[in-house]
Amino acid sequence: MENQYKMSLKLEQINYIYGTHTAYEMQALTDISLEIHKGEFIGVIGHTGSGKSTLMQLLNGLEKPSSGRVLFEGKDIWAEDFDRKMLRSKVGLVFQYPEHQLFETDVLSDVCFGPRNLGCSLEEARERAKKALAMTGIDEKYFADSPFDLSGGQKRRVAIAGVLAMQPDYLILDEPTAGLDPKGRDEILEQIAKLHRENGIAVLLVSHSMEDVANYVDRIIALNQGRLMYDDVPKAVFAHYRELAEAGLAAPNVTHILHSLRERGFDVDTEAVTVEDARDTILKAMEKSV
Amino acid sequence: MIRDITIGQYYPAESVLHRLDPRTKILCTLLYIISLFLFQEWTGYLIATVFLCTAILLSKVPVTFIFRGVKAIMVLLVITVVFNLFLIPGEPVVRIWKLTITDQGIRTAVFTAFRLIYLIFGSSLMTLTTTPNQLTDGLERLLGPLRVFRVPVSELAMMMSIALRFIPILLEETDKIMKAQTARGADFESGNMIKKAKSLVPLLVPLFVSAFRRAADLAMAMEARCYRGGSGRTKMKPLAYGRRDAFAYLITVAYLLLLIGVMRFTK
Amino acid sequence: MGIIRAKEVGYSYKRLNDQGEVESVRQALNNITLDVAAGDFIAILGHNGSGKSTLAKHFNAILAPNEGTLWVDGKDSRQPENVWDIRRTAGMVFQNPDNQIISGVVEEDVGFGPENMGVPTEEIWRRVEESLRAVGMYKFRRHSPNKLSGGQKQRVAIAGVVAMRPKCIVLDEPTAMLDPTGRKEVLKTVGVLNKKEGMTIILITHYMEEVVSADKVFVMDQGEVVMEGTPREIFSQVERLKSYRLDVPQVTLLAYELRKQGIPLPEGVLTNEELVEALCRVRAAGEKQFTENGESV
Repeated sequence: MENQYKMSLKLEQINYIYGTHTAYEMQALTDISLEIHKGEFIGVIGHTGSGKSTLMQLLNGLEKPSSGRVLFEGKDIWAEDFDRKMLRSKVGLVFQYPEHQLFETDVLSDVCFGPRNLGCSLEEARERAKKALAMTGIDEKYFADSPFDLSGGQKRRVAIAGVLAMQPDYLILDEPTAGLDPKGRDEILEQIAKLHRENGIAVLLVSHSMEDVANYVDRIIALNQGRLMYDDVPKAVFAHYRELAEAGLAAPNVTHILHSLRERGFDVDTEAVTVEDARDTILKAMEKSV
Repeated sequence: MIRDITIGQYYPAESVLHRLDPRTKILCTLLYIISLFLFQEWTGYLIATVFLCTAILLSKVPVTFIFRGVKAIMVLLVITVVFNLFLIPGEPVVRIWKLTITDQGIRTAVFTAFRLIYLIFGSSLMTLTTTPNQLTDGLERLLGPLRVFRVPVSELAMMMSIALRFIPILLEETDKIMKAQTARGADFESGNMIKKAKSLVPLLVPLFVSAFRRAADLAMAMEARCYRGGSGRTKMKPLAYGRRDAFAYLITVAYLLLLIGVMRFTK
Repeated sequence: MGIIRAKEVGYSYKRLNDQGEVESVRQALNNITLDVAAGDFIAILGHNGSGKSTLAKHFNAILAPNEGTLWVDGKDSRQPENVWDIRRTAGMVFQNPDNQIISGVVEEDVGFGPENMGVPTEEIWRRVEESLRAVGMYKFRRHSPNKLSGGQKQRVAIAGVVAMRPKCIVLDEPTAMLDPTGRKEVLKTVGVLNKKEGMTIILITHYMEEVVSADKVFVMDQGEVVMEGTPREIFSQVERLKSYRLDVPQVTLLAYELRKQGIPLPEGVLTNEELVEALCRVRAAGEKQFTENGESV
């Protein structure tokens, strides 16, 4: 039990205020408490300006809360003697459009940047980089290429590898599918799910797309205007589809379809959130009614 | 919230000064700055002070905003004062070790300091009451005659207004890239000069790449909207002098003449 | 004749080496023939790199074809003297809202196009007001674009094009960088311009939900138009779309999955209401059949 408590990333009554004492003062987060355990797959949803980005940056110490504590494995990350560089390697953060931070002359060197900053030897950095690139499905033949010559989807995967090479226990991704086409989107999400499955990395997927989130995660954190709105399993969160819509967050489309069917007298399970589950419950309901 | 920084520190308000044509404000400020170098006597300062204070009162800009400009030149101000204080020969007043302060030195130091401060006050007042776009328009019109010498005035003005629009965007981008690289363990603060300079590469390369991409996009968007240089364009907001502009010129010229007159008379 | 017509259009990008010699050639468009009727809402679908943006740039004469011919309102886009007329006829909205807004004040940005066209001052003001009202951004006319949301910025960009009074607006992935709210705003605006102002709309996108209400859809792959038809015709071919790295809306996919399991649903279901109604009909038919069977036993 004790051990399990330690293996977590925890926010305690966090408040975050932007631009204190200026004309633009704004409360971005209000009284947020939550805990993320190793090995979880979590979706973070919220409309633009709901405080999602601030939340992400608090988790790896890029932003400091105005009040409240951030605990990594039980230790306050803003304590005097806390090593925040170590924290940033353990809690990897992939920003939106991460390909915009690529800068090296070749793919491998760019991915080495993180491990080198952590003090790894060139050899070890390369080892880690190769492993990370393999995890994101970048073929060895691209290693010596300039990252700027790759396609959009490949660039993004190289950028994600750049964070993975730091070997984080927690991986936070902000809109990793933004701007990708449907196939590219599915590929990236599959890679992320595989990372979670095979390497046991805890994943926090920040997204606007409920459909994406519903297909993969086992817990959803919904933010609305800087407050924690829901923190539960997807089925329970999407059951509040009306409240979600009011907060500018549509539930997956299948949720709406199933609720409409139920109103029309079909005995469907409205908790299904994926197309496959919806298909099965509709088939069952049709058999019953015929 | 780096995006909220306004370039050119415009202070929005409804005042006579805000409504003046930017050309009037630029030229009158220029005359005022010239006037500051015309006198060496207390009377001159008195007249300049009255002129400046009236303008500040008319502008409805809080005095604190006007003082902010002085902060930026504080170092320069201190250096000027110190040099004047110690290096001007004359009747000694105080002696500290090998340095002498003379009455002439004190006089010059005080006058120079005031001259600098008045200069900053005047030009701040202009930028505080004029939007960057108006300033660009004003400069474009005032520099218009240079077209005869094949200076691409309209294009330069267009470049200036585009720069004004993109500075906040690029600042925000810098902030974002910096955070992203910090998340990858980069350190922009510690280390000696060489290490610091080296640590900027992961910041500057993406920033340049992005700036070039934006420039290419913008050029395409401008072409798509039929932009083909300054010729043949009409203006949505053409500059037009009004009666208040004539009045402003009149007052400024009167101030200048008064100053010159008083200087002659006192001599 | 349509407002935009392409006949066997081909275009290739050349990559030059340091000596200025051609290093490689990439064929971005190949043998494109299409005809867009005035007043239509056209959608062009395709994955990233399918050539759809290259095609979009041809509609506005930013690019001219290497092979074949493209006419905008009857004007051949390869003739240099037609370029400016074409750009007035077919306005263009791009993906990144920040990179197409030129001025620091909303109304001045909308006036940029008319200024370039030499429109008299009073007329510019009239057009700016009309265009900003048409996209619902009039009350933001004095704002700085930097303080607007993505969707609002994109609406300002659309107003900037509308103020040039084009017959046709080409939107190149206008929603790719927006959140769902912004995406809805932009689509609604575009819909209004099409229905109320009768403007021809060409929407380039890879979001399937956005093309459901289009009059006609073109699907592109490897620089060619590979499918052409109404949204219903296109979305009934789920497997084929997937082979082009595309997708179908979730409701279409659900209906398709149910059909595969033997439920007699129509092909290419596009909206939630359609699916619910269709399922109700199937149920009613089933009950009827069941009662009939029951009687016969």
